[in-house]
Amino acid sequence: MAKGDLVGGSLWDNYSRIVADRMNDPRHLGEISEEEAQELGADLVVADHGAESCGDAVRLYWAVSKDDGRIKKATFRSFGCGTAIASSDMMAELCIGKTVDEAVAITNLDVEQALRDDPDTPAVPPQKMHCSVMAYDVIKAAAATYKGVDVGTLEDAEMVCECARVTLSTVKEVIRLNDLKTVEEITSYTKAGAFCKSCVRPGGHETRKYYLEDILAETRAQMERENAANVDVPFAELGNFKKFKAIERVLDAEVRPALHQDGGDVDVDDFRMDGDVPVVTISYKGACLGCMSATVGTLGFIENVLKDKLDSSFKVEVG
Amino acid sequence: MDRIYLDNNATTVVDPKVKQAMEPFWLQRYGNPNSLHRFGTETHPEMGVALDRLYAGIGAADADDVIVNGCATEGNNTILKAAWVDGILEGKKSRIVSTAVEHPSVAHTLDWLEQRGVEVIRLQPNHEGLITPEALAEGFDADKTALVSIMWANNETGIINPVKELAEFCREKGVPFHTDAVQAVGKVPVNLQEVGADYLTFSAHKFHGPKGAGGLFVRSGCSFTPLLHGGEQMGGLRAGTVNVPFFVGMGLAMELAVDSLHYAQTTMATLRNRLEDAILALPDTMVLGKREHRTPNTILASFKGIEGEAFLWDLNQAGVAASTGSACSSESLEADATLRTMVSDADLAHTAVRFSLSRFTTEEEIERVISVVEGTVKRLRAISSTY
Repeated sequence: MAKGDLVGGSLWDNYSRIVADRMNDPRHLGEISEEEAQELGADLVVADHGAESCGDAVRLYWAVSKDDGRIKKATFRSFGCGTAIASSDMMAELCIGKTVDEAVAITNLDVEQALRDDPDTPAVPPQKMHCSVMAYDVIKAAAATYKGVDVGTLEDAEMVCECARVTLSTVKEVIRLNDLKTVEEITSYTKAGAFCKSCVRPGGHETRKYYLEDILAETRAQMERENAANVDVPFAELGNFKKFKAIERVLDAEVRPALHQDGGDVDVDDFRMDGDVPVVTISYKGACLGCMSATVGTLGFIENVLKDKLDSSFKVEVG
Repeated sequence: MDRIYLDNNATTVVDPKVKQAMEPFWLQRYGNPNSLHRFGTETHPEMGVALDRLYAGIGAADADDVIVNGCATEGNNTILKAAWVDGILEGKKSRIVSTAVEHPSVAHTLDWLEQRGVEVIRLQPNHEGLITPEALAEGFDADKTALVSIMWANNETGIINPVKELAEFCREKGVPFHTDAVQAVGKVPVNLQEVGADYLTFSAHKFHGPKGAGGLFVRSGCSFTPLLHGGEQMGGLRAGTVNVPFFVGMGLAMELAVDSLHYAQTTMATLRNRLEDAILALPDTMVLGKREHRTPNTILASFKGIEGEAFLWDLNQAGVAASTGSACSSESLEADATLRTMVSDADLAHTAVRFSLSRFTTEEEIERVISVVEGTVKRLRAISSTY
């Protein structure tokens, strides 16, 4: 929050003049009939995306030339707010003259760019970006219909944020490369989550397969596990707090996943230095409690892991 | 082009008489009423008149408190948080009973309290949109319940709850009852001699008073914990320097609103009905809630095939102001809670538009709005892929 956020209700002020104009007077509104497509020497393609119950729905009509496979005419009808109607209109316009494969390459970002009054000012406020996504989705649906394939085959990658078109691999990469710790940081690096916010966490405007919060948590956990595997400073030189943290990290990365598989777990009850020998006291939980091997095999396993990863003189006791 | 304002459930124009009554308190009688000198004391007579008008307007007894504050949001926060601090944190009670269709000033405060361990029960309205005493009675646990808070009339639909019966039920059970009467004052009689609510909140700008002034009724003998601590204003019940012009303005606005009740329920209702009939005469439209259950100024209409924000856009182009709870119109992209709860058919949540009149709405305005609505429906349905 800051000065710019304190006065609300400026939604419409942030629409570009082109958006307003296209809303008031769409250029490519309407339907294409079979007869008209015939007259154009074209195949008719009709595709739907969305539903009234979702708040957005669009139907796209293409007349695809039988000669050169180019889209001779594109029209739409749309149930949605002003930006949805304007985006649909611009999307139809961008399709015209392109082949179907070229049209599939049109993204919502192209639609939004084309709606800008000037190249540096967004055409719509952030939360309205998702309206342009629908325009992209219906193009894919039309292309799938034209090619007679499942729409899934036209998806290029796992998309986390549809508004900003940020993929799962991109999100994971920026977290790792820049050591990001918050969703806000991911957003400022990639723009993922900057618009309709559906991909930040469950409960937003639409249900998503991936959420930034989950990706962040999983990637951070993965990074922790990897870090635990290569501690730079020798264990003996760490302070007690860091020693304890190092033990927890190794247990998290190497021991607990194996125990969890059998329904068990382990807690660290105490840690002390017996001269130069680090001694850790553990207690078992869950299935490990009654397990015959817990006092022998598992204990040895834990001790060996700690010796291997942290200090070769490690001792482990059961409390 | 003359603009037409049919968004009076959001706010209203200040009555010119109210503006005039506030005038002397900016440049002449600007003293602090809590000062001992004449600048302070010369504000007292008209503040006394304003208080009389507020008490009379809602039927409060002299022994009761009508605390003048900043807004109904403040009043609602005060009562809900007092129930938490006094009843729940003290360990005596654990629960607040409310509804799923409250205004955000109640709903989001309850969400906040819930995160802090308060058990919140949100009653669902019945098929007519009403919160009934039967629904309240079901599973009611007087030992656990610190407060019941149920709005008098709903801001989106105008549906009026049976608050008299709801308050009676709570009285019998010995549980305090609060009602958010923001949408009721000036539209239906609000008489606390007849309705046994313990706490009631209202807001001046919904009945042609200034924004930034509200009232909180606390019945004599009911417990009360202030939200704002500080000076001795409002008998120590609400600290903060009294906004004298708004105080005086709200008093007169209340009197004018109560005097206009008959007009609101006859002439204004007739105008509302005229618009509603014209909307219903269009194909595939509907209005939420029975007319006899609603405040006389409100229509929540659904127009199949037209998204609410697009509808508002076209109305705005024609100089008509209305409102929508549609998800697309909000910063958070979330549909209004009332819509989500009341509307079983998900389509309706995206197609609802609210028209709300005031006593200043004219017949000519309604006739023009009807023709604008007809044109909008025609244009946007021609665009729509779902109609």
